[in-house]
Amino acid sequence: MAYLLVIGTRKGLFTARNEDRREWEVSGPHRLDAADYASMGAVYAVGIDPHSGRVLAGAESSHFGPSVWYSDDLGLSWHEPASAPIAFPEDTDASLVRAWQFAFGDDPGTVYAGVEPHALFRSSDGGMSFELVRALWDHPHRADWYPGAGGGAIHTVLPGILGSGERSPDAMTVAMSTGGVYQTRDGGAGWAPANRGISAVFLPDEEPEYGQCVHKVAAGPNGVLYAQNHHGVYRSEDPAGQGWTAVEKGLPTDFGFAMVAHPRRPETALNFPVVSQEVHLPPDHRLGVYRTDDGGGSWRPFTRGLPQDPYFGIVLRDGACTDGADEPGFYFGTRTGDVYAATDGGEGWHQVAGHLPDVLCVRATEV
Amino acid sequence: MRVTVHLPGLLRADADGSAHVPLEVDDGTALDGVLDALTARYPGLDRRIRDERGRLRRYVNVFVDEDECRTVGGLAAPLHDGADVRVLPSVAGG
Repeated sequence: MAYLLVIGTRKGLFTARNEDRREWEVSGPHRLDAADYASMGAVYAVGIDPHSGRVLAGAESSHFGPSVWYSDDLGLSWHEPASAPIAFPEDTDASLVRAWQFAFGDDPGTVYAGVEPHALFRSSDGGMSFELVRALWDHPHRADWYPGAGGGAIHTVLPGILGSGERSPDAMTVAMSTGGVYQTRDGGAGWAPANRGISAVFLPDEEPEYGQCVHKVAAGPNGVLYAQNHHGVYRSEDPAGQGWTAVEKGLPTDFGFAMVAHPRRPETALNFPVVSQEVHLPPDHRLGVYRTDDGGGSWRPFTRGLPQDPYFGIVLRDGACTDGADEPGFYFGTRTGDVYAATDGGEGWHQVAGHLPDVLCVRATEV
Repeated sequence: MRVTVHLPGLLRADADGSAHVPLEVDDGTALDGVLDALTARYPGLDRRIRDERGRLRRYVNVFVDEDECRTVGGLAAPLHDGADVRVLPSVAGG
């Protein structure tokens, strides 16, 4: 079986391929446009369509703006739709800053894009064109959503998922900074906040109905959700009902950006601690990953194979992923340009690439 | 009146390779109208120069003769017969 790892960095798009998830052939930065004005831009979002194998990259030129590029040959060649694939309608008086997230629906061709400013777009043609999800844009809470330090964006999009045991093509969970978690049960016509139990240390009401800065939500195989918040780590089987339970006990800090759920074991998840909102460095200046196998009841270091010397690069919110394979591999990249994989049942890491530009996002799949 | 738009190398692929685009526009047409005429001929250029609100991208400069347009009225900058309009990437990059 061959595997593809797509790596978005602050300076372009890279890929890594192999046959056994051990020896990686890294290539890039890939040439997105003939003039290379976008090839050196930041790539905040990548996605691999499970139906078609198409790879999407949300890239941008500092001069000429953001766009979406696609590859139908696993990253060898890249193309841009003839018309701007994601564009705000004229009446919104908004313009796209960047795409932060791609997610794929059960129907072939259905792609969702979470973007900055806070909005969700939907494509039914595999990402060639997108339409604004109006009900979320028109939500009365939107005036209260404001940008965190990274920008105001919807950066988690989980189609079909509401919580444990409840999966529906009309359901979706999204998360945003700031704003928090919102869910729809009717195909996007109505959206309700689902943040009960999640803190907002930057607001007078520390547990508001909405307004939290939820950095990332990851869904396990049965829909159980794990969230890394702007201070606070949470788990929920029913966000809209029972709410969220704090599960940071056992982690060195409650701050971070990334969270990855095991695609086969609902009680297993990976977390990537960061010191605090003021100090975006790894705790103790050591590159560390933590793992729970009991649904957040306890965490243990998961660091075999990682550097033991001082390390200063953290993992950003989309800088970690799983390939979703039967025996899943896990991957993460750091702001200091190192990419690691754990593919031996999850017990140890090996380096995929080093000295890349700072890693913003990774996505992996069997090909 | 006749104006000529000069394109940077980075954008010529979106204009069939053209470096200089002469345009006939109505007398009194402002810069915005010239960009409309330019992008009607080469639609792929519009999103590079203006966002979907029709605003100039932050790091794209457009000079009317010797003046950067933001100093002479922005997209409402007046033009004259024979004007040169230069689109240039500003001080930013990869």
